Amino acid sequence: MRQRLVLPLLLAAACGGSPAADSASAAPADGRRYGIGAPASDSLLGAMDRDIGPDGAELPAGKGTVAEGEALYKAQCAMCHGQRGEGMAPAFPQLVGRPAAAEEFRFAKDPKLPHTIGNYWSHATTLFDYIRRAMPHAAPGSLTDDQVYALSAYLLAMNDVIPRDATLDAASLRAVKMPYADRFVPDDRSPPGDR
Amino acid sequence: MKPTPPTDDMTAAADASPALTRRDLLAGAVGTLGGAMLAGLPIALDAQQSTPVLPSVPDDATKRQGGATSPLGARSAFETPTRSPAGETTGSSNTPLEELAGNITPSDLHFERHHAGIPALDPDRHTLTIHGLVERPLTFSLQDLKRFPQVVRTHFIECSGNGRGAFRDPKPELTAQKVAGMISTSEWTGVRLATLFNEAGVKPEATWFLAEGGDACLMSRSVPVPKAFDDALVVWAQNGEPLRPAQGYPMRLLLPGWEGNINVKWLRRLELGTQPWMTRWETSKYTDPLPDGTARRFTFELDAKSMITAPAGPGRIAPRGWHAISGIAWSGRGRIRRVEVSVDGGASWSDAELLGASEPKSTVRFQRMWEWKGGTATLLSRATDEAGYVQPTRAALVAARGPGTDYHFNQIVGWKVAGDGAVTFHGAT
Repeated sequence: MRQRLVLPLLLAAACGGSPAADSASAAPADGRRYGIGAPASDSLLGAMDRDIGPDGAELPAGKGTVAEGEALYKAQCAMCHGQRGEGMAPAFPQLVGRPAAAEEFRFAKDPKLPHTIGNYWSHATTLFDYIRRAMPHAAPGSLTDDQVYALSAYLLAMNDVIPRDATLDAASLRAVKMPYADRFVPDDRSPPGDR
Repeated sequence: MKPTPPTDDMTAAADASPALTRRDLLAGAVGTLGGAMLAGLPIALDAQQSTPVLPSVPDDATKRQGGATSPLGARSAFETPTRSPAGETTGSSNTPLEELAGNITPSDLHFERHHAGIPALDPDRHTLTIHGLVERPLTFSLQDLKRFPQVVRTHFIECSGNGRGAFRDPKPELTAQKVAGMISTSEWTGVRLATLFNEAGVKPEATWFLAEGGDACLMSRSVPVPKAFDDALVVWAQNGEPLRPAQGYPMRLLLPGWEGNINVKWLRRLELGTQPWMTRWETSKYTDPLPDGTARRFTFELDAKSMITAPAGPGRIAPRGWHAISGIAWSGRGRIRRVEVSVDGGASWSDAELLGASEPKSTVRFQRMWEWKGGTATLLSRATDEAGYVQPTRAALVAARGPGTDYHFNQIVGWKVAGDGAVTFHGAT
C-alpha cells in the first residue's frame, strides 16, 4: 500500500527532472519516504530500550542497600575489580578511591592519578545504566534491578558519595550529586588555534 | 643455491647466477609431467634441503609453471604483516602502518578496539531500530538497508586513544604500529543516516540520539542530531565486501572524522532524544582533563595529524643516497591541505607532495624525497588541514592540556637517524 502511494511522487519527479530522468533515478528526495522498514514492535523496544538518561527519568522500580551491594560485589565483581575496587590494569579499571592527590580534579597535571567513580564520574545514573547493560563481565545483563541498585549503592558508598547505611531506589539515585559533576565542559576547541 | 630468505638482498641474490640448479631441473621436469599440481612442492622434492627456509622460490620462475588458482587469495609468502593483538575481550590490536602503502587499510589489518569482544551476529536476525522522538519507530533488516540508495565514501577511523603510549613515554624502540597504529582507512558502503532518519520522521525537538551496539556491553554513545544530517552513515560494507566482524558486521555507524569509539559497531538501535545520555563512554572515558581543573566532554572531531611510516624504526637506512620519506596525514575536520617534512628536527620545514587527491576526513599519503648522505637527522612530519589547524608539537599539546591528558593525541612525531643509518622513534617534539 505504501509503495503505491510513492508512485505519483516518482512520476512527478520524472516530469520535472532532467531529460534522462526515469523511474529508477527519480527516487524520493527532500525528506520523502521510501516506505522501507517495519514498524518497531513493542516487544522489541521493551527488550532493548533500557537506557537511563542523566535525569534518571527511566529508572525502574526496585531498591538495594550498601550491605546487599557489598555481598554481591564480593561474589560477582571482586575477581576482576579487586576486593576493594582497586581494579586490575589494564582491562579492569579502578572503581574505588579518593586519594588526596587526585581531589580537586588535578588529572591534567598527573597521568598517574586514578580516575575513579568518586573522583571523576559525573552522573550516578551512568553507574546504574552501565552495570545493568554490561556487567558482570561473565554474565552481562544478568542482574536484577534490585541488584543493580545495591551495587550502585555499594560503589557510591565506597567512594564516599553516599552514606554506608544508604538504600538506593529511583528517587534517591536521582538525588545523588557526584562530587565533580560541575567540572565537565563542552568541547570548546575553536579551530584553527585551539588544541 | 639455497632458498632465498626474504631480505633486502633478495634482488641481488636472484641476479647473482642465471645457471640452472639441480632443484630447478628436478622441479622443471616434474612440472612438465605433473603441471600446476606440483607447483608448490619444489622444496619437498629436494632431498638435499634439510632445513628449509620459507618462503622458497625457484631460481628462475620463467622456467617452470607457476601456482594454481585458488578460492581465496593470499599474500605473497614474503609479506607477513600482522596486527598486534593485546588483551582479550577488552582488547585492541594495531595496524602495521609501516608495512602498508597508499591510503586503504587491508580489511584484515584494520585496527581493532573492543570493549566486550567481537559478537557473533547472524545477518538474517540482526536488525536496526530507530525510535524515541520520531513519527514512525521503524526496524530495518540488513536487506532493508540495502534497498535504500547507497553511498560509497573513503574515511579513516582513529581510536580516541591512538598515540597515548608515545605521548606518555616516547621510547626510542617504538614502532609506527605502536605509536599510531590505531588508525585505519577503508572504502565504506552504506546508507546515509539522514535517509533513515527521514524514513522514521525525526521530530523537530530531537537534538541528540543514542547509538547502541549489539555487543556484550551494549556500547552506547550520544550523538548530536545535526551530524546525522551532515555526513553520518550506516555502513555494511568495507573495501568491497561485507564488514569484517571486528569492524561491526553486519552494520555499524560511521561518523566521519569523529573519535573511533563513537562509530558504534554492531549497530542495533538509534533512539532520538533531547539531551545526551551521559553514558560511561562519554563521561568516565574519552574525556579530556584540562589544566584549569575542568574536563572537556564530547570532543568528537579529531584534529589534524600525520605520521611518517617510511623510513620507520627499528631499522636502518641503506644505502646512502636518495630515499622517499613517506607517510599518511588526516584530519577529522576535512581535507588535509598541506604536509610539511623536516629532516632537522623541526628547525626547517619543506612541503611534501600529496599523492592523489586529499579526500575529506580520510588519510592522504605524502612523500618528500631526501638525500641521505650518512649524517644524523631527525625526520618529522606536520599536517595542516583545510580549517587551517596545524599539527602541534608534543610540548604545545602538554602546555594546552597537561601531561595527564588522556585521549586525542595528535602531537608531531618522527624518527631519529643515526650516522650509521639506524632509525629510532623520536617523540619528544
